[in-house]
Amino acid sequence: MNDTMVIGTSSRRGLTGKLANGLDFMRRWPVISVVILAVAAFAAITATTLSPHNPKVGSLDDKFTPPIWSEGGSSEYVLGTDHLGRDILSRLMFGARISLSITAASVFIGGAIGVVTGLISGYYGGWVDEVIMRVVDIFLAFPLILLALALVAVFGDSVILVTILLVSWVWTSFARQVRGETLQLKELEYVKLARVAGATTWRIVFRHIFPGTFNTTLVIGSLRVGFVILVEASLSFLGAGVPVSTPTWGSMTSDGRQYIENAWWISFIPGMAILLVVVAANFLGDWLRDRLDPRLRQI
Amino acid sequence: MRQFIVRRILLAMLTMLVVSFLVFTISRLHGDPRNLLYAADAIEFDQEQWDALGRELGLDKPFALQYAIFIGKLLRGDLGESIWRYKPVTEVLWERIPATAQLALGGVLFSLLAIPLGVVSAVKRGSVWDILARTIAVLGQSMPGFWVGIMLIFVFAVNLEWLPTSRRGDITHYVLPTITLGIFPLSGILRLVRSSMLDVMDSEFIKLARAKGAANVRIVWKHAFRNALIAPLTFSGLLIAGLLTGSIITETVFAWPGLGLLAIGGVQNSDYPVTQGVVLVFTAFYVIASFAVDLAYAFIDPRIRLS
Repeated sequence: MNDTMVIGTSSRRGLTGKLANGLDFMRRWPVISVVILAVAAFAAITATTLSPHNPKVGSLDDKFTPPIWSEGGSSEYVLGTDHLGRDILSRLMFGARISLSITAASVFIGGAIGVVTGLISGYYGGWVDEVIMRVVDIFLAFPLILLALALVAVFGDSVILVTILLVSWVWTSFARQVRGETLQLKELEYVKLARVAGATTWRIVFRHIFPGTFNTTLVIGSLRVGFVILVEASLSFLGAGVPVSTPTWGSMTSDGRQYIENAWWISFIPGMAILLVVVAANFLGDWLRDRLDPRLRQI
Repeated sequence: MRQFIVRRILLAMLTMLVVSFLVFTISRLHGDPRNLLYAADAIEFDQEQWDALGRELGLDKPFALQYAIFIGKLLRGDLGESIWRYKPVTEVLWERIPATAQLALGGVLFSLLAIPLGVVSAVKRGSVWDILARTIAVLGQSMPGFWVGIMLIFVFAVNLEWLPTSRRGDITHYVLPTITLGIFPLSGILRLVRSSMLDVMDSEFIKLARAKGAANVRIVWKHAFRNALIAPLTFSGLLIAGLLTGSIITETVFAWPGLGLLAIGGVQNSDYPVTQGVVLVFTAFYVIASFAVDLAYAFIDPRIRLS
């Protein structure tokens, strides 16, 4: 999916053609993805000051107001209101805050754990490697969402719990990939020379091998972001995510399910926000991969 | 090969053991199971009955022994009793398995459409099929599954009234849930089939086949296609996991009476034995399926079989 597009094919007509053109345009200009992510981040950061309404309190008189471009929309509620008359734009901004911070935290923490375990596993080899890789296999076998449901039933819903669950899943892909890289790097001359020169293991691993795995790490991190956002949204949708009182994109989509016949926008808008951010994150990841580490193309 | 199989079986058993331990620990952290029975039946217990019940459930024994008893029962297919349904959990699970299996089968079949589409997309680059394939590949990986389901209901059930909105029933009930479940794996397979097909079509042995004058259809489907299938197979572990996760979400959106919905109900009703049962069934399924995939992979690729 990373080859540049054949430009100007005559078959690009109709809606699919336009959509494909738009997507190709986004792929070739990573700046568009950056802008989308920056807007989401900006909305998240400024939610408390810039959001037009209180995200948790609605006015029942204004419930089911459609977005401004629809018939009956009002400029008071640009993206409309939900079944309790809460402003969707404001909820979207506060939702961005939760989704993005959980995603960032999980990818960073999971990435750090995965890189360190991957380095250790690859460098030491032997039974250490065996143990770490089997732990990775076991973690991959966990039915993440079901486990989340069970844990939420016991401990109640919390941001920390969701983050821990996501970390427990995210670290595995880093560990596997970094281990593979380390196996190759440690056989290279400069690493052997460092060992002969008397460098400590610690120094060899972190000064000489780690920088060599950095590109891989960055690429995997960026490619995982989109998926983590989706999983977090799914957990919120099922009510196994962050506390129900906090607006999240997943729970907002869930709220709109019952009203889909008359008020499509309640579900449509937050889902669209997820879609845009995930597409942007994935494209940016693809772009980074092609730049930094084309060998990872299969991921 | 034999050593490979033995290793994989040991790993599968270890995985089940870890997950069952986790599930058991969560159940004990959940609090005294007697409280749940108490809440469900609203019966007054006196101290003597309470203690007797504790002995019956094995709560007077040390934690490790309790776990050993739990494993023993598990091996005999005894998952305890559902608190709300007054039935053995195994029985409840068996009732729900067909619905989930049908849904999953539909999802798998739908996602396999990716293979012909991916091949055509790679062979005829820039064609309408290619554009369609690439659009689906990008969107399928980025759309939240639950949102796809809701939007399909909105368009095809609510507005066009072509298909039913939810629940199980005749064949029309399968269309939307199958698409919802299958679109994510479909786009994943599509990406891989397309990119590995592009690689293979570019390789020397394809050029040789062309030079020999083999027909294009034969080159694509006989020579290239078989080699291009290996890459997607490595991805199938993640696909199986995606299907399991996806089935929980799809069942929730379409009120599909399968295991996923059962687990959600279990959480809502504090019916922990049921939730625990579903977690174990799903893990077992994942472990068995990925074992099968590894075997298939070793069978196809001698480099793995012989190493």
